[in-house]
Amino acid sequence: RNGAQSEVPAGTKGSVGTAPFRSAAGPPPTGAACVFVVRRDQDIYMETLRKLFNESHGIFVGLQRCEEERAARARNAQLVQVSKNYRSVIRACMEDMHQAASNSAFFFQVSILSAMELIWNLCEILFVEAAPAGPLLLRLLDWVQLHICDVDNMVREVLSSENPSKHKLFWNVVDIFVLQGRMDEARHLLSKEAIANPTSMKMYKILDDLMKKMPLGNTQTLTEMELKWQHWHEECQRYLQDGTFASNSHMESICKILLGDENAILEKKELMTTWYHFLVTRLLYSHPTVKPMELRFYAQSSMDMFLGEESSPEPLDTILMAAFEFELHQVIKECSVALSNWWFVAHLTDLLDHCKLLQSHNLYFGSNMREFLLLEYASGLFSHHSLWQLGVDYFDHCPEYGRVYLELHIERIPLNTEQKALKVLRICEQRQMHEQVRSICKIMAMKALRNNRLGSALSWSIRAKDAAFATLISDRFLKDYCERGCFSDLDLIDNLGPSMLLSDRLTFLGKYREFHRLYGEKRFSEAARLLLMLMTAHIAPCSFWMTLLTDALPLLEQKEVIFSAEQTYELMRCLEDLTAGKLDRQKFQDDDVETMKVEMLRLALARNLARVIVKEGTLEGS
Amino acid sequence: MEEVCARFVSQKISKARWRPLPGAALQPPDLFATGSWDNEDNRVSVWSVGDAGSAGLNGEYQGEPQLLCDIRHDGDVMDMQFLDQERIVVASSTGSVTVFRHHQNNQTLSANHRWENAHYHADQYTACGGAACTGVICNNPEIVTVGEDGRINLFRADQKEAVRTIDNADSSTLHAVTFLRTTEILTVNSIGQLKIWDFRQQRNEPAQIFSLTGDRVPLHCVDRHPSQQHIVATGGQDGMLSIWDIRQGTMPVSLLNAHEAEMWEVHFHPSNPDHLFTCSEDGSLWHWDTSTDVSEKPSFLHQGGRSTAYISHSTINQSVVSAWLSNDPTKDRMEITNLIPNQTLSVNTLDVLGPCLVYGTDAEAIYVNRQLFA
Repeated sequence: RNGAQSEVPAGTKGSVGTAPFRSAAGPPPTGAACVFVVRRDQDIYMETLRKLFNESHGIFVGLQRCEEERAARARNAQLVQVSKNYRSVIRACMEDMHQAASNSAFFFQVSILSAMELIWNLCEILFVEAAPAGPLLLRLLDWVQLHICDVDNMVREVLSSENPSKHKLFWNVVDIFVLQGRMDEARHLLSKEAIANPTSMKMYKILDDLMKKMPLGNTQTLTEMELKWQHWHEECQRYLQDGTFASNSHMESICKILLGDENAILEKKELMTTWYHFLVTRLLYSHPTVKPMELRFYAQSSMDMFLGEESSPEPLDTILMAAFEFELHQVIKECSVALSNWWFVAHLTDLLDHCKLLQSHNLYFGSNMREFLLLEYASGLFSHHSLWQLGVDYFDHCPEYGRVYLELHIERIPLNTEQKALKVLRICEQRQMHEQVRSICKIMAMKALRNNRLGSALSWSIRAKDAAFATLISDRFLKDYCERGCFSDLDLIDNLGPSMLLSDRLTFLGKYREFHRLYGEKRFSEAARLLLMLMTAHIAPCSFWMTLLTDALPLLEQKEVIFSAEQTYELMRCLEDLTAGKLDRQKFQDDDVETMKVEMLRLALARNLARVIVKEGTLEGS
Repeated sequence: MEEVCARFVSQKISKARWRPLPGAALQPPDLFATGSWDNEDNRVSVWSVGDAGSAGLNGEYQGEPQLLCDIRHDGDVMDMQFLDQERIVVASSTGSVTVFRHHQNNQTLSANHRWENAHYHADQYTACGGAACTGVICNNPEIVTVGEDGRINLFRADQKEAVRTIDNADSSTLHAVTFLRTTEILTVNSIGQLKIWDFRQQRNEPAQIFSLTGDRVPLHCVDRHPSQQHIVATGGQDGMLSIWDIRQGTMPVSLLNAHEAEMWEVHFHPSNPDHLFTCSEDGSLWHWDTSTDVSEKPSFLHQGGRSTAYISHSTINQSVVSAWLSNDPTKDRMEITNLIPNQTLSVNTLDVLGPCLVYGTDAEAIYVNRQLFA
């Protein structure tokens, strides 16, 4: 089984039969027939990802269940918190993977998770939080700072060296701080250079001053900010044109960056590593009050400038671009294509739907995009031997098709132990899926019956309130009794309780056993009454009447008269009914034993009648 | 009750058990074992909690459970019990019972002994699937197991064959077993019966049978009061907690409406038996506390706490002191607390020892609370 697992190329999601599968064990020997195990949704079998699925399931259910805040701002804060929770789950998973193993498969997976977090973070800024102009840039700066990790290593290296300003990476670090808008840290480093190199003190002081005065922050209105920024920009311009920094090329390039000179920024391409970093830096130093809707223009041009002619955009770039262009559906579509698992798009779309950002974009078969993605994701979960339990909650929150999908999937879960069957049953019962309850109980009851566990079988039919099956079980018991002359599983029959009423046959079984018990306790008149009642109230099946009448024989033959005249007449009537019916059917069968039985019964009944008439006619006492 | 450490373990936990403390040990337990279910590759794992030897700032042991070792297990782990400090007996859904040994020196687990076909359906040719072993209980060196085949086995840890087997002890599935006395056990089955079996008797019949009143709802778990051996608690499929007095009558003394779905485990606290814990398929874990001092106070003066509830009893002659059996309305105030704030999937198992509680869920997480009575 394991030998035939194969690599599914990224992008296909386990469609059966269309992708070419290659056996990992090499080409099959010629002539041998091979069976390939097709696995849908390879990713969910990764153990490290299971934590992701479980934790995000908790967040998802929490989001669906939590009450909507009335105030828009509170609601917004709530949704941003949910988004942050999702992201921290992704990060925790990445951490685990880092620590878990160091083979290539994990590196690949970690990079995918990292990309997912990057995209999610951007979507959170642009769509969930919907940061307005002003705070928007700050969020984007945080976003960039969070995802370019090499900086920290470099910084550590430089700071821990003896003479930081002489380190070869010193100016790189300063540059990157400036590019990321981390002014305080840049100034701190620069001060070390100033101390080491007193000749550049004057230049340093001016630069430091410029950097300190740079307007950042969202504590002012947009117009105020723009005004301040304009002033500051002009000041920088003056210093540059005066040639203040002419003697130090590093400082001069920093000043040019502060002025938003695109060429100067582009020179630091290696430090920024990505076009979106370039975009944010550009915005920081030329349009800090950029509005969300304006992002698209800058994004496109940034990408073109950064990538130039040599490289073409990768899938991640396309997705981010779609996000900057506020094309939500495009983002989701691109992610669906690029990623091999529905997890990301399903949860992101659900969150965006809660932000009321997705119009009901009806797909051609009627459900909307959120529901479609959730259904796909949950169906994938159901194909997993263990994660199916998570899928249930996802189906619950798909209003249109969720229930139908659940009904179909839940019947197909293999039930190898009773405990698993009980859990599945509980899920069905909680959702009033009566068909499925009946079907599962029937399966379990049938299995129990085949294994001769009659008590278990009865327990399952009671759960499903399945009268027909209860009748079947009772017939089995009665058959056993007829064959062996005694009851098996007395502990069950003696303790049926109210469940006896589930089916007529079961009631008969219980009462018949009670008859035997009464007889054993020598409570003959009660036993007699019960026996008669079983026949006259038609609780007993016709096939059993002969047995019942035969059981009456010892009662009739007792020294003491038990049956009253009325009762004896009733018995005789029953006997006649029985033989009359039989005569029609068994004309050609001359069953000696049967006829003898009937004869004996008639004799006993007649004798009893005689005795009881005399007894009842005699006056008591005297 | 705030110090709960959670850990996601990528496997659905079916059983968790604390390692028993030796003799008169005063420190809290620091090691527990778990078993998983519903995996293609199930595992029995051993975890440690708390920094070994170093206390935190205020003396509390913090930190997530750390995995010490694990071993592959064939079939779902249906039940698990520590035989002694080093050996764990595990019941499997394949019908086999395995004794694992935990080697402390190199932190590994190894399978010590296995009874392969402890539980099976009689006629192997027409049998439809295997019979799971559903419950196991130990009293060193004796091990008693019960299963879906209605069979009861008595093993000794060092012997290859079963000491005693009661075939067809029950016509329905036996869900759980526990020791009543050293030679007597209690079993519960899926037609709502509690049975006492005496191993000193040679005949294969239960010594006594108790039934639920009303509907014969299957019973899933059973536990005996640690000091007053006539008090037994069982949990049913409808989430109802039943308290029985086995010295009298054949019906339960109290029926307490508890959970909304199957109650999987019920445990009296071994050293504070006024406390009872139950966990259920509906995702909740309840702490039942009868120790609140309510002797002579009128009801309106009593400080409620989270949720106080009156219990409905059927009248039974009481000469017992235990709060579990008492019938006095002003006295039987019980505090019931749900220990899980956001419940999602089923809590399958719990174990409690000293001040520590461990529970495992179908959401593939283990939770440890080391300050239960803080």
